[in-house]
Amino acid sequence: MKKTLSRPQQARRQFLHSVILGSTVVGGALLGFIPVQHAKAQPKLRPPGALAEDDFLASCIKCGQCVQVCPVQAIRLDDIQHGFSLGTPYLNARAQACDFSCDAVQCVLACPTGSLSHKVDKKEQVSMGFARLVDEARCLAVQGQGFKGVARSGDYQGLLRYQDKDRWQPFPVKDYPYDLPLCDLCVRQCPIEGAISLQPLEQSTGDKKRPVVHDKCVGCGVCEMICPQQPAVIVIEPRATGGQA
Amino acid sequence: MNNWLSSVKVLFGQQPPRIDPADYSTEVQIIHQKKRAEKITAEMLQAAEQAHMAKGQHHKWRNRRWLVLIVANVLFVLSWQLDIQMLEGALTASRFIGFHMADLNSALQVMLAFKQVLINLLIGTVTVFVLWWLLGGRTFCSWVCPYHLLAEGAEKIHLYLVAKKWIVNHEFHRGTRTVLYGVFVLLALLTGYTVFEIINPVGILSRAMIYGGGLALLWVLFLLLFEIFYSRRAWCRYICPVGLTYGLVGTLSPLRVKYHVQDCHHEGQCRKVCLVPHVLECVKKGRAHQTEVALGADCTRCGLCIDVCPTGSLRFEIKGLNKLL
Repeated sequence: MKKTLSRPQQARRQFLHSVILGSTVVGGALLGFIPVQHAKAQPKLRPPGALAEDDFLASCIKCGQCVQVCPVQAIRLDDIQHGFSLGTPYLNARAQACDFSCDAVQCVLACPTGSLSHKVDKKEQVSMGFARLVDEARCLAVQGQGFKGVARSGDYQGLLRYQDKDRWQPFPVKDYPYDLPLCDLCVRQCPIEGAISLQPLEQSTGDKKRPVVHDKCVGCGVCEMICPQQPAVIVIEPRATGGQA
Repeated sequence: MNNWLSSVKVLFGQQPPRIDPADYSTEVQIIHQKKRAEKITAEMLQAAEQAHMAKGQHHKWRNRRWLVLIVANVLFVLSWQLDIQMLEGALTASRFIGFHMADLNSALQVMLAFKQVLINLLIGTVTVFVLWWLLGGRTFCSWVCPYHLLAEGAEKIHLYLVAKKWIVNHEFHRGTRTVLYGVFVLLALLTGYTVFEIINPVGILSRAMIYGGGLALLWVLFLLLFEIFYSRRAWCRYICPVGLTYGLVGTLSPLRVKYHVQDCHHEGQCRKVCLVPHVLECVKKGRAHQTEVALGADCTRCGLCIDVCPTGSLRFEIKGLNKLL
């Protein structure tokens, strides 16, 4: 059968096959659109200084240099099921928040393309997201309860820089016990001054207080990481569409 | 200039042009005439092959190349894993002892999608451009790209299956790569996403080695299976825009493989092992238009042809250096 094909026929067949090959490759690559459209409803927590999501995805060269400089390894790289987000950095704050152990924005300095904007050079300028109390009733402070023990237990891998423990070396959260008359972990460990405070409940009798997040919050996720309740009572809402930094 | 243009055309997918014998140099005409007179017997070929094998150099360049490829990729991995900070980042962009480097195709995709160029990216791009211009352009493919190494393994299996007549190789038009290159340039420009990067096995593999694998490796596996069972070296030959980018960089490179027609037996071993045999058109009997012909830009300088050549007719050469020495 094949031997009977003339040269022009062969050429035509090869051309057709090449068109199919090319279309498949381009079509396959374009599938990357679908997950990024879906992701718009649920934005990811991007590293400090990340541009608005569209610009971020356009400019990230997917090298992971930000991953390498982070002393607490808060930054991970996305996988292919997230489409064009493949290879771009994100954080899972509950697993490992950005605690500015690096003394601020090493990831930004490492970024070769400006995907993490070099306009950000202090931790206070960062705007990754915003913390929100999502389940007030379960908050220990709202219940007026203290906290004794480690914030996260078991095989929890997360690290935090405890200034009193070691100025330079991040320390495992699961090995740092607390003994607090009223739980204020989210306020106590927040790396940004004035980003969160405990305020008395309106009709409160006694010690019940509520964590209130202020405008200064940068969305680093330390509060979400350190919250001893499971799941966390306070979580980061990643900046929806972003804006500079 | 004419050579250069023809080399680019072949890189883009054109069939290698036949040069009019009237334009051949007189020296080469004499050689061709002599070759027509003398008959090369099967025994002579066998003797040459045996002598070549006896020298024990038939994997020289391949072994050197594999060593360089593995060292380069391991250096990426160890730089982070052991914190030796020699080569930070991945193949898409990195810092070599602090100096910025950026893969030219990845940088191009980012520039087109983002439409802004940060100075660091520009420095990295220019550095890498100069580096690979000096080293031969597609030299990147065979001496650094991790997918190339895997594909060489897949190619061995493919050739075994073909020899057993269990499968047949399917060839595509080489112009496919050029068209895809244009499509991915346009897509980056129009959509604002670095569309190609999602299917780029170079980035996927490099990141997987350094940061750990994921589902993206399934795509690479699929490509390898396609190459094993359907089309020999399909990704590198017909698709990869990274290869075309480096190919363009290498069009004027001083480092290339040069063919010397004098002792050649024209038995065609080199064309059989070559990833891009169209650059070896000149080794066919009577086709060399000069006594020495530099191979075209699509050549990855992998050295397989040099290793396999029983007569030493193919050699690495640095343009200008011969005159200097």
